[in-house]
Amino acid sequence: MNVGDIVAERTVHLTRESLVRYAGASGDFNPIHYRDDIATEVGLPGVLAHGMLTMGVASSVAVAALPSTARILDYGVRFARPVVVDPKTGADIAITAKVGAVDEAAVRIDLTVRFADTTVLVKAQLRVAADSL
Amino acid sequence: MPVNPELVGREFPPTAPYLVGREKVREFARAVFADAPQHTDVAAAHALGFADVVAPPTFAMVIQDLTLQQLLGLEDSGIVLSRTIHAEQRFAYTRPIVAGDELTAKLTVTGIRAMGPAAMITSDAEIRDAAGEHVVTATAVLLVSDAPVENEEAAA
Repeated sequence: MNVGDIVAERTVHLTRESLVRYAGASGDFNPIHYRDDIATEVGLPGVLAHGMLTMGVASSVAVAALPSTARILDYGVRFARPVVVDPKTGADIAITAKVGAVDEAAVRIDLTVRFADTTVLVKAQLRVAADSL
Repeated sequence: MPVNPELVGREFPPTAPYLVGREKVREFARAVFADAPQHTDVAAAHALGFADVVAPPTFAMVIQDLTLQQLLGLEDSGIVLSRTIHAEQRFAYTRPIVAGDELTAKLTVTGIRAMGPAAMITSDAEIRDAAGEHVVTATAVLLVSDAPVENEEAAA
């Protein structure tokens, strides 16, 4: 793998069902992720996707494109902007995984995650052990 | 009440053992659109040398969350959930979590930084298996504001 190589590109469509499914799977039942009235009450523009759902979807796109032997060393993100999930039309998040750095120990995959033309995760980086690729 | 600066260095007891179930891993994998076969197909996981299906990387949050509940449950923390934003998240892995693992987590608050009326709290949850071997350390950075959160970046 060389710096700049695109490992994967995928757009994932999130709906309110996706948020309820993630709430159940993760145990995060914060109502701002499924109740419009509460989201409005606390001043949000609408019901938001869990930041951890967005982070999880981003790594899923990268992992599916890597060899199955790939061993992840670390994965980190900063949550910069929320993903508002419309009750009728949902939300599309566009993920690009690109090789950001290569050294003897690891390949760093840089993830770009965009929603409605804004970047929602910043410094989203997943490092994979070089000897596992 | 502002965030209590004396939380730094405080010791928390290990969480009760969490037994990772195969169907839970499959459920979580489906929820995060993780379609690599080792997350759901036992034979694919076996072929890679794992005892059972492999959890997606962010599954460690399920265990980490038990430690964050300890932190939020403290009477003297000064952390109000409705004023708290998840600002950053990191995981450092020794190995992936696999169905059948029995995991405990131990929380340490590693830093609190004042940012005007808000505070950034960094905590590490060290997750170990039943043999006491390190599996993953999950680091969360929480931003706690002193006033109600009213901007659109709340609670991402």
